[in-house]
Amino acid sequence: MGRIAKIARRSFLVGSVAVAGGVAFGIYRYRSPYPNPLLDELEPGAAALTPYVRIDAGGITLITPRADMGQGADSVQAALIAEELDATLDQIHTDPGPPDRAYWNTALSEEAAAFTAPGDGLMNSAVHGTIDAVMKFLGMQITGGSTTVPDGFVKLRQAGASARETLKRAASEQTGIALDRLSTEAGAVLLPGGERIAYTDLAATAADLEVVQDVPLRDPSQWQILGKPMRRIDIVAKSTGTQDYGIDAAVPGMVHAAILLNPAQGGELRGHDASAALAMRGVSAVVPITGGLGIVADNTWRAFRAARAITADWGPSPFPAEMDAHWEALSDAFTEDRQDSRKRDDGDVEEVLSAAAPLSAEYRAPYLAHAPLEPVNALVRVDEEAAEVWTGTQIPRFVQQNVARIAGLDPDQVTVHALMIGGSFGHRLEDEVVKRATEIAAQMKGTPVKLTYSREEDMTHDFPRQIAMARMRGAVRDGRVEALDLSLAMPSVITSQMRRQGQSVPGPDSQIVAGAFDQPFGIPHHRVTGYRAAPLAPISSWRSVGASSNGFFYNAALDELIDAAGADPMAERLRLCNDPLARAVLEAVAEMSGWDGPAPAAGRGRGVALTQSFGVHCAEVVEITDTPNGIRLDSVWCAAEVGRVLDPVNFDNLVKGGVIFGLGHAMNCEITYADGRAEQDNFHSFEGMRLRQSPRIEVRGLENGDAIRGIGEPPVPPAAPALAGAIFAATGTRLREMPFSKAVSFL
Amino acid sequence: MQITVNGTTHEVDVEEDMPLLWVLRDELGITGVKYGCGIAQCGACTVHIDGEAARACQVLAADVWGPVTTIEGLGTPKALHAVQAAWIEHQVAQCGYCQSGQIMQAAALLAETPAPTDDDINDALSGNLCRCGTYPRIRAAVKTAATRLQEG
Ligand code: FES
Ligand code: FES
Repeated sequence: MGRIAKIARRSFLVGSVAVAGGVAFGIYRYRSPYPNPLLDELEPGAAALTPYVRIDAGGITLITPRADMGQGADSVQAALIAEELDATLDQIHTDPGPPDRAYWNTALSEEAAAFTAPGDGLMNSAVHGTIDAVMKFLGMQITGGSTTVPDGFVKLRQAGASARETLKRAASEQTGIALDRLSTEAGAVLLPGGERIAYTDLAATAADLEVVQDVPLRDPSQWQILGKPMRRIDIVAKSTGTQDYGIDAAVPGMVHAAILLNPAQGGELRGHDASAALAMRGVSAVVPITGGLGIVADNTWRAFRAARAITADWGPSPFPAEMDAHWEALSDAFTEDRQDSRKRDDGDVEEVLSAAAPLSAEYRAPYLAHAPLEPVNALVRVDEEAAEVWTGTQIPRFVQQNVARIAGLDPDQVTVHALMIGGSFGHRLEDEVVKRATEIAAQMKGTPVKLTYSREEDMTHDFPRQIAMARMRGAVRDGRVEALDLSLAMPSVITSQMRRQGQSVPGPDSQIVAGAFDQPFGIPHHRVTGYRAAPLAPISSWRSVGASSNGFFYNAALDELIDAAGADPMAERLRLCNDPLARAVLEAVAEMSGWDGPAPAAGRGRGVALTQSFGVHCAEVVEITDTPNGIRLDSVWCAAEVGRVLDPVNFDNLVKGGVIFGLGHAMNCEITYADGRAEQDNFHSFEGMRLRQSPRIEVRGLENGDAIRGIGEPPVPPAAPALAGAIFAATGTRLREMPFSKAVSFL
Repeated sequence: MQITVNGTTHEVDVEEDMPLLWVLRDELGITGVKYGCGIAQCGACTVHIDGEAARACQVLAADVWGPVTTIEGLGTPKALHAVQAAWIEHQVAQCGYCQSGQIMQAAALLAETPAPTDDDINDALSGNLCRCGTYPRIRAAVKTAATRLQEG
């Protein structure tokens, strides 16, 4: 292990470790007096290095603590390091392989959660939410979602800066030239005469040096890479079919597996007949696993086909079999008993609402599948003394523990290779596929088993987005919104999710009211109450989590009140807005969309919504046309306050993607259960948005705030209510339930 | 049976009804072609057969009617096809999982319709799902590729 200087009173310390022919720089973490299960392999006071960058004969390598899901996390991390290291982005490659054994035992999942780069939003906040909840439960303090972003933002640059100064020192030692006569550029130290020594040639020397600490970070005005359009480091591979994903993983001797799970998710397998399947070509085994069977063959399609040839007797689902019962459970949850939180209670809602007949309405949001385009998969080999896993995951540490438990091993006997993920939206915060693959692999020790879910198994055995219901009561006076009492009911996502990891999470679930209790509107009499419904179908974090349904409820309710007051949806939001950052975001979309210009022509309509989620104020204006063949989405204008846009191209792409994600699901997606079985099992019945429906989208990132924020999730919540507002403006149809295709048709 | 992929002829011993997708991925190890739905709903498996875009999950091994081109055969990182170059220029990909199919579909469109209208692009590419929502960039990249191809 590399040298550790005196334990300074710093929040962190840049460290180094010698690796074959070079050096790795990273951040040390210390085991604190409080037990930290993530670091429990370490003696108290001992340090583990989480390496960020390795320099050796092979070049400069960024060691990514977790896989990229499509949000460009690898690139932004590389850019943060490169900016201070003085390397160009094309000189840095990322390490797709496993972390070196030497640093595997570092706080992997803590690290996975602790770093969120701007533009790296997809579900990271949900990771934070989850991990945070567990950590609190375990009596630990880790930095929460709002502070970890700037934390990672500083740490990576600090690692780059310390590495640069240490490499300069190595050059000074090698050449005898004084430090202050050396400079750095493009992966090399420059000598006064113009000669260059590549970092790779200095790495071995640098490994023996004390790491230079506390190097001042460059002012953003000096940035060469950050804040400017960058070419994502995976863009060529992803444009040429040469990017390998988990589903492409292959190792010698590998067999392919499919699963057949009880279609009523979580129900038992009472009996089965696999004789026809076993007689099929290439099929070698059918083995019992939790909730069903694993089918092993020499080709994925043969395994899929054999799964369909099995007849089985399934037990019922452990949750209500029909949707009516799910909605009833939500409807029944608005009671004092089930009150989970009341985080907002301004003015005197009861008095105002009892004085006059209040306006009231009820809203609904359905279960939604994550359905990233890559179906979940995992390649697992279980040996007597070890196991190895190749999969795309956002929770490598849980994966390691779960594989160990199932295989009867210790966690440190399990090696996890985190591979590129073909989309997640929260899906890869779950690891059922790894557990099932391990159950199969444990029954055929020594043989690597690659389990691929069919699309149908993936969609029907997803843990979907929460189902949710809201009730609004409100009042208006003198053309203004006077009172809004919003009650929100849903089962707890975090509880459902953490239960699968053997954790319980006490206390209120802030996601039940996220995107609603904390909105920047000063309504004089304003109350937001969360009600925890009884557990129904198992659910999980879905891109923007609680705000994905609450952003719709809140804005839809506000729109109804504004309409009753006879006010303009934009003007009244601006009047009520009590946060300057949010106001700037609203003003931006008003200006971009020409809201104050000529009113839309007949048959057209515009809607606006603003949701603050994950610390980001994001506003959207949607404009539609009501055509004889259905609603056509024409334009969307979106502005978000993120503190600093580190990669404008990736930012633009992620925001547009988030808008389309929010709109597409609001238009036509839901998961419903009948006889305990999900009724939608593929993209014909869970379609989302198609290219021909995709509107023109204009995006603006605002940089008025101090905090650096991720942008993967915040564009999702305002999309649905802005669309609903536009449809109301054009057609007079008030939409209170998603998907909107229940009430209107789209082109 | 014999099947020609990216200029190489392979002898494969598979069931007649194995979809081309799985012949390519699991028998030949050509993994640029992706599995997304298996029922012609997503386009992730799009390849060219005899120059025509086809859903590899829907074409049975016995029915492959001509030489197959996959994304790997369209162009390579060192020798990009104009569509791939445009995809890189516009930084279309997010997760990238759909993009092999999108690019193959776009290349087939441009081979047939060198100057596509917005409607042509909508018609040709609406069967290719992108769950990450990269549609605005796909549209822009198709137009750039069309211009480049026409300039020669
Ligand atoms: S996998 Fe062939 S169209 Fe989806
Ligand atoms: S880029 Fe992820 S599905 Fe298209």
